[in-house]
Amino acid sequence: MALDPATVRRIATLARIRVEDAEVDKLQGELNVIFGWIEQLNEVDVTGVAPLTGASHMAMKMREDVVNDGGYPERILFNAPDRAGEFFAVPKVVE
Amino acid sequence: MTQVLTDLTIAEAQAGLRDKRFSAEELALAHLHAIETLNPRLNAYLSVGHAQAVEQARAADRALAEGDTRPLLGIPLAIKDLFCTLGVRTTAGSKMLMPFIPPYESTVTANLLRDGAVFLGKANMDEFAMGSSNMTSHFGPVENPWKRRRDESAVLVPGGSSGGSAAAVAARLAMGATGTDTGGSIRQPASFCGLVGVKPTYGRCSRWGVIAFASSLDHPGPFARTVRDTAILLNSMAGHDPKDSTSADVAVPDFEKACERSVKGLRIGVPREYRSDGMPGEIEALWQQGIAWLKAAGAEIVDVSLPHTKYGLGTYYIVAPAEASSNLARYDGVRFGRRENGEDLRDLYERTRAEGFGPEVRRRIMIGTYVLSAGYYDAFYLRAQKVRALILRDFDEAFQRVDALLTPTAPSAAFALGEKMDDPIKMYLNDVFTVPANLAGVPAASVPAGLDSNGLPLGLQVITRSFDEETMFAVSAALERAAGFSALPTLRAGA
Repeated sequence: MALDPATVRRIATLARIRVEDAEVDKLQGELNVIFGWIEQLNEVDVTGVAPLTGASHMAMKMREDVVNDGGYPERILFNAPDRAGEFFAVPKVVE
Repeated sequence: MTQVLTDLTIAEAQAGLRDKRFSAEELALAHLHAIETLNPRLNAYLSVGHAQAVEQARAADRALAEGDTRPLLGIPLAIKDLFCTLGVRTTAGSKMLMPFIPPYESTVTANLLRDGAVFLGKANMDEFAMGSSNMTSHFGPVENPWKRRRDESAVLVPGGSSGGSAAAVAARLAMGATGTDTGGSIRQPASFCGLVGVKPTYGRCSRWGVIAFASSLDHPGPFARTVRDTAILLNSMAGHDPKDSTSADVAVPDFEKACERSVKGLRIGVPREYRSDGMPGEIEALWQQGIAWLKAAGAEIVDVSLPHTKYGLGTYYIVAPAEASSNLARYDGVRFGRRENGEDLRDLYERTRAEGFGPEVRRRIMIGTYVLSAGYYDAFYLRAQKVRALILRDFDEAFQRVDALLTPTAPSAAFALGEKMDDPIKMYLNDVFTVPANLAGVPAASVPAGLDSNGLPLGLQVITRSFDEETMFAVSAALERAAGFSALPTLRAGA
C-alpha cells in the first residue's frame, strides 16, 4: 500500500501543517519508505493479544476531583504571542 | 591545587566540598570557564546561566558552612533543554519554542535543586527529542568530544537526542546531566560519548514539566562519568509526583548503595535476538568480553530469547509518532511559542507549524496523524499496541529466568556529522537495541566498556525488571570495575 499525493496532502491538512506543492513529492517518497518498512509488523500473529496502551503494568491513579491549582492568569498569559486583557488573542474567527 | 576540579566525579566532589578542600563557587567557576573555552566549538549548551550558577554555588557554600548535608550541594549539572526551568528559556531544540520562558520548574529539576544542585545551563538536543545524532536541533549540531584516532579532523556526532547533555559531561563541562530517553536518547549518546547513562523504570522519574514527545515512552534519567554518580543523581531525580498520573508511588531505594552489591549468583541473560547480522565484529567481541567479565565476577550466564525484538523499532515508529502527533498539537501559535500570522485562524495554525517545526518533527507528526486517522487506526496503531504487549511479554518471560539482561547499547560507535542523514530508516536503526526497554518500561543502563579500533567508546547495556534499578546498578558497577574504562576524549577541559 503506497500513499498518493492526495493522501499526503490530506495528512498535512489533518496535522495542520502547511505543505507547499513542491514538498509533496519528497514527503510522499519518505513516508512511503517508512510505511513500507513498518509493514513488517503484519508478520506478527496478534490474535487474542490485548493492546498495551502504556509502559509497564501500572494502574492509573485517581485523585480527588477538586481545584488545587490555578488563579494566576498573568503567569498563564506570560508566553502568549498576542493577548487582549486576560484572554489569548487570535485573528477574527466569526464575521 | 594540583587536581583539576572539572575531572572530579560527583562522589569525589561531594567529599571535597564536605572537607572544604575547595568551595562550590570554585567548582562552578571552573566549569563555567571550561564552558567559555570549549562550548563555542562543541555547541553542547544552548544557554549558560553564569550568574544563576554562581549564585546557587554561593548559597551551597553558605549551606555547607552550616553543616547542611543535602547530597547535591554545589554539584554543577547540565540540564537538557526539554526540562522546563522557571524563568529560564526552554526550547526543546526547536524554533517553535524559541520565545518560551516557563513559568514553572519541572519536578525532576526541582528535586535536583531541592538537593542543592547548581545548574550551569541548558543542553542542546534533537528537536523535541526526535533524533539519534543531535543533528535535528534548530540550534545546530553538537560535536562529540571524542575523535577517531587516525582522523582527528572528522567531526563526530554525540548521539541523540540528549547529545548536548552527553557532550557536556564527556568534555568536563558538567559533572552530570539530565537527559530523557524515549527510544534510546540517554543510552545511545552515553555509549557514543564514553559515559554512563541510565533510563530508569517508567514512572520512576516524574515527567511533569518535561516537554512531552511520546508520553508512554518518555523517561527522564541521568548521565554521569561513573555508575555511582548516576546512582547519586537518580536518587535525587526519582520519586512519586502527584502531578504526573503515571508517576509510580513506590519507595526510592538507595541506588548508590546498590552499586556495591555483588553480582555473585545473579543470573544474567544474553538475548540471542540481539545478535544482528550487520553487527560489527568489534561490538560482538565486546559483548562476549562483558559476558566473560560477569562470569568471572560470579554471575551465571543464561541464553534467553526475546522473540519479538526485531519488531521493536517498527512498533516504536508507530506508537511514538502517534503520541507525538497528539502531544505536539498544542503548538498552534495561540497560547505560547512561536506564531506565524495567517489570513485566518486555520492559516495561522498551518503556517505556524510549517515554520516552527523542522523536517524530522513535521515528518513524525504526519506519520502519527496518519496511523491514528480513520480507516488506518486498527491496521497500524492498534496492531502496534498489540505487538508492544508481546514485547513486554518477552521481557516478563525472560525475567522469570534471569535477573538482568546484557546486550550492546548501539549497533555502532559514533558516526560522522552528515552520515545517515539521507535515509531516515538508517538513522532509526541506531535505536534497535534500546527501543525495546522503552516499549516495556523496564530500566536499562549503558556502561562504557571499551574502545573500537578507531579509539571510540562503545557501551554495553544492562536491562532489569521494572523497579529493580538496584540490580541494574550492581551489574553496571561490576562491568565498570572489570572494564576499567579510563580512556579520555580529545576535547575536554584541562586537556
